[in-house]
Amino acid sequence: MSGTSGMGDTSGTSGAGGTSGAVRGMRALPVGDDALLVEVASGEQAQALHTELLRRRAEGTLAVREIVPAARTVLLDGLADPARLASELAASELPPAPPPSQEVIELTVRYDGPDVADIAALWGVSEEAVGRIHAATEFRVAFCGFAPGFGYLTGLPARYEVPRRATPRTSVPAGAVALAGPYTGVYPRSSPGGWQLIGTTGAVLWDHTRVPAALLSPGTRVRFVPVGGP
Amino acid sequence: MTNRALTVVRAGALTTVQDQGRPGHAHLGVPRSGALDASTAALVNRLVGNPSGAAVLETTLNGCALRPCCPVTVAVGGAHCPVTVDGRPVAWGAAVRVPAGALLNVGTALSGVRGYVAVSGGVAVEPVLGSRSTDLLSGLGPPPLTDGATLPLGDVIGGHARVDVVPQPAPPAELVLRVTMGPRDDWFTPAALRAFTASTYRVSSASNRIGLRTEGPALERAHSGELPSEGMVLGAVQVPPDGRPVVFLADHPTTGGYPVIAVARTTDLHAAAQATPGTPVRFVPARRR
Repeated sequence: MSGTSGMGDTSGTSGAGGTSGAVRGMRALPVGDDALLVEVASGEQAQALHTELLRRRAEGTLAVREIVPAARTVLLDGLADPARLASELAASELPPAPPPSQEVIELTVRYDGPDVADIAALWGVSEEAVGRIHAATEFRVAFCGFAPGFGYLTGLPARYEVPRRATPRTSVPAGAVALAGPYTGVYPRSSPGGWQLIGTTGAVLWDHTRVPAALLSPGTRVRFVPVGGP
Repeated sequence: MTNRALTVVRAGALTTVQDQGRPGHAHLGVPRSGALDASTAALVNRLVGNPSGAAVLETTLNGCALRPCCPVTVAVGGAHCPVTVDGRPVAWGAAVRVPAGALLNVGTALSGVRGYVAVSGGVAVEPVLGSRSTDLLSGLGPPPLTDGATLPLGDVIGGHARVDVVPQPAPPAELVLRVTMGPRDDWFTPAALRAFTASTYRVSSASNRIGLRTEGPALERAHSGELPSEGMVLGAVQVPPDGRPVVFLADHPTTGGYPVIAVARTTDLHAAAQATPGTPVRFVPARRR
C-alpha cells in the first residue's frame, strides 16, 4: 500500500549514492494556511524526500492529505501545523534514492506533431532528426501530475530543453507526445496544454477501470518506438 | 431493485454531477474536483434530508429541466433563479415535492453562476476513485448532462429538513479574495507585487471549473527563466506568461509550471464560483492563520 519497498533502512548506504546525509539548501515554503512546499536541489533528492515522506505517513508519524512529488519539490497539503513540520524537516536527514525499476514500457509514436518544425529550429537540426533523437533516448518517469496518467519523463540531454509555448493551447488531443523544459510527456486525454507537440501515440496512458489505472508511474523507464517513420 | 431515477429534459449550458470530490489522489495527477460552491451543495443536501456528501447537480447560468420517474424532494440553491414544477412557480432555496412524471425546471440565473439541485436520495451514478464528481480537466466521473440522459437516484435515508427557506449569500458585487503571499512571490517585481494587491481585476469570461481567470494589469516577473513543475493547491493564484492571475478552482491540475504568487482562502472560493464575468476582483493580503 505504501509503495515504499526497498526503503526500510534509512541509515543504509547502498543504492544510488550521493544523496544521503542532511540536505543542504532544503527550503520549506508555506503555501496558504495548511500546506508546505519543500524544495530540494535535484530530482534525485526530490525522489528521496518523497519516499521518506511516504514512509513517515505509513508508520503514522506524518498526518497529511496529499503528498505530491514534482521536479525539485514535494508538496504536503492538508497539514494541521505546517510551521512545525517545516522546522522538523530542516533538522532531518534524507535516505538515498531508491534504485530504478527494471521494467521498460515501450510507446509507439508517430512524429507528426504541429510543433516539430519549431523544435527542429530550436535544436538546430532537421525536422526528421527530431524524432530520431527523441526515439534514441531512454526516459524515466520523474513524477506524475497535470492530469491522471501524465508522467514527466526525463532523459533528453540538457541541450534539448525547450520552453513552453507562450500561449497555451486551449485543447491538445489525447496521445499527443510533447516537450517542455527538460521533460517529455504524453497527454492522456484531450485537455488544455502549453507543451510543444512533436508526435502522437495510441497508447492508453490512463484507464480507471484498469489496475493499475496509470500506465506510467514514478520510476518507470520508457522508450518511444517510431511507426511510419523513415 | 428500486426504480428511482430522473430524466434530463434540458441539460442546460453545463450541468455536472458533483459531490465532495476525490481528494487524496493528487500524486497520480487526479484533481480533487467536487462542487465549486461546496457550502451551497451541502446546504441543499440538508434541505432534502441527504447526507452532505450526496451527489447533487451543478448548473451553469441557465439551469436545467428534470423529470423524476418517482416522487422526490428537491431543493435548488446557489445562483438565484425561478423554479417551476409543471409550469407552476415553487420556492427557490427550499425543499419542494415533485410528483412522479412532473417537470422540474430550474430557470436562468437572475444573479450568480452556479445553481445546485439536490434530489432526495442523491444522484447515484457509479463512483470513480470514491467520488461521483464530474472532473472536467481529467474526464473522470460522469460526463456533463445531456438532453435525454437518465440519472439513477439513491435510496432515501432521511426526512427532509423542517425549514422553509434558509438564507444564502447573494452573489458578490465585488469578489474579495483573502490571500497569503507565496510560495513564489519572489518571482515577481516589487511593482508587480504592489499591482497584485492594489489593482482591481475583473472576472474573465474564460473562467471555468478549472480556474477563475482574470483581466487586469499584467504582473511582471523578476525572473525570465521557467519554474520547474511543482504541486498546486486549491486556491493557488497562478500567473501564466500573459501576467493575468488565475485562481485555481476544484478541477485544477495537481502540478503546474507557472509561479504561484499567492494562495486564496478556500472559504472565499465559494463566492468565486458565483462571480459572473466582469465582476471586480480584489486580492487582499491576509495573515497566515
